[in-house]
Amino acid sequence: MEWVDFFLQQLITGLSNGMIIALIAIGYTMVYGIIELINFAHGDLFMLGAFLALTVVGLLGLGDWSGASAWAAVVIMLIASAGFCGVLNWGVDRLAYKPLRNASKLSLLVSAIGASFILVNLGLFWGGLPMDVFAGGVAAAAPKDFPALVPNTNLLGEESLVQFTPKDVLVWAVTVPLMVGLTWIVTRTRLGKAMRATAQNPVAARLMGIDTDRVIGATFLIGGALGGFASVIYSLYNNTISFQMGYRAGMDAFTAAVLGGIGSMPGAVTGALVIGLVRSMSDAYLETRWTNTIVFGILVLILIFRPSGLLGSRAKEKV
Amino acid sequence: MRRLPMPILAYFVVMAALPLFMGTTGLFYDAFQAIFVFSLVGLGLNVVTGFTGLLNLGMAAFMAIGAYTFAILTSDIYPFQIGFWWGILATVAIGAVAGFLLGAPTLGLSGDYLAIVTMGFGEITLDVLKNLDAVTKGTQGINPLPRPTFGPWTLELQQERGWYWLLLGFVLLAVLAVRRLERSRSGRAWLSIREDALASQCMGIPPKRTKMIAFATGSALAALGGALFAALLSSTGEPASYDFQVSILALCIVIVGGMGSVAGTLVGAVVMVGMNSLVLVKLADWAGAAGVGNASNVLASPNNWKYLIFGLALILVVRLKPDGLLPPRLEGGSS
Repeated sequence: MEWVDFFLQQLITGLSNGMIIALIAIGYTMVYGIIELINFAHGDLFMLGAFLALTVVGLLGLGDWSGASAWAAVVIMLIASAGFCGVLNWGVDRLAYKPLRNASKLSLLVSAIGASFILVNLGLFWGGLPMDVFAGGVAAAAPKDFPALVPNTNLLGEESLVQFTPKDVLVWAVTVPLMVGLTWIVTRTRLGKAMRATAQNPVAARLMGIDTDRVIGATFLIGGALGGFASVIYSLYNNTISFQMGYRAGMDAFTAAVLGGIGSMPGAVTGALVIGLVRSMSDAYLETRWTNTIVFGILVLILIFRPSGLLGSRAKEKV
Repeated sequence: MRRLPMPILAYFVVMAALPLFMGTTGLFYDAFQAIFVFSLVGLGLNVVTGFTGLLNLGMAAFMAIGAYTFAILTSDIYPFQIGFWWGILATVAIGAVAGFLLGAPTLGLSGDYLAIVTMGFGEITLDVLKNLDAVTKGTQGINPLPRPTFGPWTLELQQERGWYWLLLGFVLLAVLAVRRLERSRSGRAWLSIREDALASQCMGIPPKRTKMIAFATGSALAALGGALFAALLSSTGEPASYDFQVSILALCIVIVGGMGSVAGTLVGAVVMVGMNSLVLVKLADWAGAAGVGNASNVLASPNNWKYLIFGLALILVVRLKPDGLLPPRLEGGSS
């Protein structure tokens, strides 16, 4: 049953990639839910997270990537990138978005576009660091190899046609607990309650004594940290990073967030899994060069029939 | 028709006179020809986003449709060869139809859902142009394209001043048309939809038809910009010349200039495109001449600072002037 194996393989690849997209998409949807901003800089934040991870690898300088030391390095990278992206996202909000809280939504969008350009440029500079992992910094703009800390061996046995590798395990072992933890924060904690209140009606939330600025800051921090986690597992999964990768990743993730119904976290995950699956199936069964067209074609079709996305709430406008 | 207001009149007088002081060739012409092309695209987006309040992130696609339509209709490698002027007319019409076709199924979507659909449309258009290279000639683009003729006289490619004035003339036509439309029944309907879709619907304004007219107008202007861009280069260029960055540039022009303001869009195009193709290029030149430029260190090459400067400028402008450089005057529509 070769075709079954082939299909299963696409399913695994698609779902794993979808889970990575989902972590980025949650960052979009959280920010959108709370201040109605398409945070253009989020994809580029993810890109910088990957550069930080590669820098950490360079600093640790481990010789051969195997066994416990490799897994320890992975954990260090996850923590470093998540912390870095969280704080950076918080800082971007402080400097570029917070002064525009009362301005029009589109001015805010332009500020986000500006932040995105700056982050891309920082990524370009970062690629020029004189470190071995950046090839000595001679070709700053070139894509960088990310060392294979996680092996690509098949856990289903060498003779199996379906590949299920430690990389896939890593993706699921990182993303699922994060999503569970996030759901817990949003539904069970005081902060989560404040976040939901601010998303629903910031003025009323403020009147109830909620410090909305702190809540918004916390949202950026959490969303950014998720992007940081995503950047590390993306780099370990694909083993190559580039300062321009934020654009594609951001576009996929934002599409996922919209597809699922923007503002809804389960929606973002659903949308991301759909996009991951459509990408891998289209790459495998159709031509790769048409994959983008198919992804966006499906997006348009779904939105025509479900104008608020797959899981979006259909709020009726009050008169 | 009412007289043009002072700022717009002054813009056209200054722009028309500028080449007299700038020699007959050089960077100035490259920059300002690009500024005029993007003024047209910006005026189109101003109708869609500024007047009607619909966020469109796919203007580059309509530019591309304009450029390729014009090229296919006029280039001598295709059988049509209808000439420059008919080509421009046909392109504007087809641009409007393309706007209708995208708008018809999608304009029921609200705000940011529409934005992502237009962004997706931009990606799809880019992919189709890349993949149908039998028709679009892939990265080499369709070329050569015909020169405009005025009776017995033909405008050659190297006559920079002629192209400059021709493009400025098209911008003037577009400004007159847009200002006229703005004061028409449709134009007033656009503004009312932007301010309050529900209330204007209650007053008997059909939301979908109104949005469709705005979309078609904007697309037609963007297509005109694309066609002139191609005619100017005598080639469509590669499909990647119409990527997402171009749509973003158009959006920045409209918002930095002042949403819903015709004069603002003209200023926005000068500032944004001028910064990209004049100021940053000049800065790199000066730094190079001063011996700062040096390929081995990424920080030392001024060209690598381009996005950083552009991004900082965007953030500063919206921070200092959140309503744009020349916001529309409220009473009596835009200036």
